[in-house]
Amino acid sequence: MAEFSININGEKHNVNVDPSTPLLWVLRDHLKMVGTKYGCGIAQCGACTVHFNGTAVRSCQLPISAAIDNKITTIEGLSEHGDHPVQKAWLEHDVPQCGYCQAGQIMTASALLKQNPNPSDKDIDNAMSGNICRCGTYIRIKAAIKTASDSQL
Amino acid sequence: MGRRSFIKSVSLAGGGLIIGFNWLACQGPTEEGGKELAMQMPEEWFELNGYLKIGDNGIVTIYSPNPEIGQNVKTSMPMIVAEELDVDWNNVVVEQAPLNTEVFTRQLAGGSQSIRQGWQSLRTAGATARQMLLTAAAKQWEVPVSELSVENGIISHKNSDRTIGYGEIAKAAVNVEIPEVVELKNIDSFKIIGTSRKNVDAKKIVTGQPLFGIDTFKEGMLIAMIVQPPAFGMEFKTMDAAKAKGMPGIKDVFTIDTYPDDMEKEWSDVAAFSKLVVVVGESTWQVMQAKKEVKVEWDLNPKLVKQIEILEKSAGMDGVSGLESTSIYMTLMSDVGSKKSEIVRRDGNPEKAFENAARVIERSYTCPFLSHNCMEPMNFFADVSGGKAELLGPIQTPEFAEKSVNKRLGLDLENIDIQMTRMGGGFGRRLYGHFLVEAAVISEKMGTPIKLVYSREDDMTNGVYRPAYHVTYRAALDANNKLTAFHVNAGGIPESPLFANRFPAGAIENYLAESWSMESNISTGAFRAPRSNFIAGAEQSFLDELSEEMDQDPIQFRLDLLDRAGKNPVGEENDYDAARYAGVLKLARDKSGWNNNTGLSRGVAAYYCHNSYVAQILDLSVKNNQPSVDKVTCAVDCGIVVNPDAAKNMVEGGTIDGIGHALYSEMTFKDGVPQQSNFDTYRLIRHKEAPKTIDVHFIENGIDPTGLGEPPFPPIQGALANALYKATGKRFYDQPFISHMQDDLKT
Ligand code: FES
Ligand code: FES
Repeated sequence: MAEFSININGEKHNVNVDPSTPLLWVLRDHLKMVGTKYGCGIAQCGACTVHFNGTAVRSCQLPISAAIDNKITTIEGLSEHGDHPVQKAWLEHDVPQCGYCQAGQIMTASALLKQNPNPSDKDIDNAMSGNICRCGTYIRIKAAIKTASDSQL
Repeated sequence: MGRRSFIKSVSLAGGGLIIGFNWLACQGPTEEGGKELAMQMPEEWFELNGYLKIGDNGIVTIYSPNPEIGQNVKTSMPMIVAEELDVDWNNVVVEQAPLNTEVFTRQLAGGSQSIRQGWQSLRTAGATARQMLLTAAAKQWEVPVSELSVENGIISHKNSDRTIGYGEIAKAAVNVEIPEVVELKNIDSFKIIGTSRKNVDAKKIVTGQPLFGIDTFKEGMLIAMIVQPPAFGMEFKTMDAAKAKGMPGIKDVFTIDTYPDDMEKEWSDVAAFSKLVVVVGESTWQVMQAKKEVKVEWDLNPKLVKQIEILEKSAGMDGVSGLESTSIYMTLMSDVGSKKSEIVRRDGNPEKAFENAARVIERSYTCPFLSHNCMEPMNFFADVSGGKAELLGPIQTPEFAEKSVNKRLGLDLENIDIQMTRMGGGFGRRLYGHFLVEAAVISEKMGTPIKLVYSREDDMTNGVYRPAYHVTYRAALDANNKLTAFHVNAGGIPESPLFANRFPAGAIENYLAESWSMESNISTGAFRAPRSNFIAGAEQSFLDELSEEMDQDPIQFRLDLLDRAGKNPVGEENDYDAARYAGVLKLARDKSGWNNNTGLSRGVAAYYCHNSYVAQILDLSVKNNQPSVDKVTCAVDCGIVVNPDAAKNMVEGGTIDGIGHALYSEMTFKDGVPQQSNFDTYRLIRHKEAPKTIDVHFIENGIDPTGLGEPPFPPIQGALANALYKATGKRFYDQPFISHMQDDLKT
C-alpha cells in the first residue's frame, strides 16, 4: 500500500492503495466515480476508457503508479453540465440501449474528435473498434460522432 | 379489464401522501436536443394507484414496473400510462418500481412480453387515475363529469371558463372511489403512443451517473468474488486459503452451497456450479489478487461424469473422459440427429411422398453454445441481517429470485426487499438469479452488506449458455419440381429447437416434424429468442436453397407457401398469421428494391416469434474472406409501435447482434473447460463489422402491440447465410460462419 495523489477532472485526490491497482478500480472503488465501467479487465472492450493527458486509454491497464502527475478526465468530468458536443449528439440520436458501454464509447469518440475533428467513416471504424457494444448500437454511435463532428466545425 | 382484476392489481391504490421519495433517484425528461427541463419538487405527492402519483404542482411520477435490460421499457411502459392519463410527457418523471407483487403482475423481462402483456394494465392504470381526477373536479365544481375535458393534465369545463390542473385536484381525487369501468382512448387519438420519446435514463447514461447494479456502494459494504471449478463436470474438493486470507484487505475465504440438494428450486434456479469458493475483501482489486492465491483442489463429480460416459459409449467413442468437448458433442449430435426421433407433428403421408419423390434435398445445420456476455458482468448487492434481506441489482426475474431467497435462507417474503437497477444487458442471462442468491448467502454468512461481482472470466466461464443445436431438413420434389413433402428433425444439447407448428407447417400437404435432445453437464438456458435464435436461420437458409433448386424467386416462393397456408391451411394448429407474415415480406421486398441489381449479394429471411413478424433483406460483399454488410432492410409487424425511434433502435441492435453471433461467436469446450474466457478469445461483432445502414420499416395496422427485444434477432442469421452464398457460391451450414470462410482460405 502506498499514498498516491492523482489529478482527476481537475481535482486532486489522495488514495492509499497498492501501486499495481489499476486506475479503473481506484476510480470505482476508492473515489466512487463509477461512470468508468469494468467490462473485461484486459483492454479488449473499451468500457473503462478515460482520457490520459487528452488521449483515450484503457484505465483497466493503467496502474495508479503511472497515473500520478498526469491529467485524467473521466466521463464525469468530460463536461460540466453534460453538454459536451459528443454527449449532446448521443442524446440527439438516443444512442444507448442498456447504456453500459456508452461512457467508454463517448470517451473514445471525444478523444478521436479532438485529434481528428472531421473523421471519415474509416477513421471512426478504426478508432471505435476497440469498444464493444453488446447491444449493437454501432450505427447510432457512428451517426452521433458525425453530428458531433459537424457541430465542432 | 374488469374492475375486480384491476382493483386487485392496484390494491395499494388510494394510498394518499407518500413520503421518503428520492428525488435524485429519478430522471426528468429531456427535450429534443437534450435540453433538460427544470422541474420543481412538489411539496406533496398523491398516489392514485400503484402505477403513479401526482405532485401538488402537477408533476407526475410513473413507476415503470418491469426490469430494464436495454429494451427501453422504462420509457415505453410509462408512455402508455401517460397516454391514458392525458398528461404532458414533459411533466412526467419515471421511476423504476421495486418488486411488488401486490401491485404489479409479471415484473419480468423475458420473452419480449413486457409491452404485450403490460398493455392493458398500463392503459387501465392511466385511464383509472384520469377518471378519478375528472370525478373529483366535477364534484368540486358541481357539474357532470361528461361536461369536462382534459388536455395535458389540465381539466376544463366546457360551459364555463374554469380549469384546474391535476396537481390541484389530486388530493381530492385520492378519496374518489375507484371506478368500476374505465373507458380507454380510441387509438386514433393517441398523442404520446406512436411518437418518439427519448430514453428517460439517457442523460444519466451519457454523464456516467450510477445506474447499474455494479455501481452500487453502501456504507460498510465489502466486495465478494467467486472461485469456481475450471471445468463442467468438476466440483470442489478441498482448499488451502491461508495465503489468500493473509493478503491486504482480505476479510475471509470460505465455500458456499448456493442450491443445496434438498432445496426446492424455482425454474430460474439454474447455476453452472452450486458449490463455490468465495473471497471477501475491501476492494475489487484486492479480492481479484487474492483469488489467484487460493489453492483449490477440484474433483470429478461422479454423478455428472456418468451421464456423459453413457452417451459417449453409446456413440461408440473410445477413451471416454466423462468431460465434454466440442469435438465429441458435434459427433454425437450428427449421429443422433441422423436417426429417427420423436414425432411431434405429422400431416398427410410424408413417408410416402418421400418414397415417391423424384428428388430429395437434405441439409443439416448446426450452431455452437453461446455465452450471453452482458457488458455488465453478473453482480448483486445484498444486505442480509436481522431476519431481513435488502437486495439490489440487475435481475430479469425478481419475483422468482424472491422465492428462491425465501427458500434458501428461510426469510419471510415480506422481509425480502428486491430493488431492480438498470441492467447492462440481459439477453436471458439474468433470468437465472443464482448470483442474487449467492450474494444473499454470502452477506448472511459475513454479517455485512456485500456486493458480489463476477470478473469477466468468471462470467463467461460460468455460463447458463445458449444450447448447441442441430437440425436436418428434407424436402421432396416431384418430377415437375413441385414441393410435395417437408421433413424437419431437430435436436440439441440439452433441448430441441423445434417449433413444429410454425411455418412452413400449414403450407405443405405432407409434413413431418421430429424432435430429440441429449443430456449435458454444461448448464444452459434462455438466450435472446430461445430456440428461434437457431432454427429460424437454419430454416430460412434451407428454404432459400430449396427455392433455388426449384428455380423460384426466394420471396415469391415463400409468399406462395404463405398464400396456401392462409387460404387453405394444412392441419389445425398453425402458430402464425399467414397474412401478417406475407405482409412483412412484401414490405421488405418493396423497400429494399428487391428486383433492382445493387451489385451486392442479397439474402432474404422472414420469421415469426415472440408474437412479432420480421423480414430482413441483407446486402453484402466479401473481400479476402471478410464479409462487409452494406445494408439491411427490415420490415416489422409488432402491431402498434409505442415509441418508434426506440423501436428502431431495438431492431437495429437485434439485427447487428444476429449478424455478429452467426458470423463470429462460439463457446467451445475441451474436457469440460470453456475455451473462451474473455473478449480476446470470444469474438463479438465490433464497430467496423457492423452494417453500414439498417433501414427499419413498420407495418401500420393498429393491432395491440407486441415486443421487439427478440424478434429481429433470429431471421437475420438466415438472411446473412443466404447473402453469403450469393457472394461466395458456398452454403454456410455451421455457425459461426467466419470459421468456415477462413477454412477455405487455409485450403
Ligand atoms: S475493462 Fe478495460 S478495456 Fe475492458
Ligand atoms: S448499449 Fe448495451 S452494451 Fe452498448
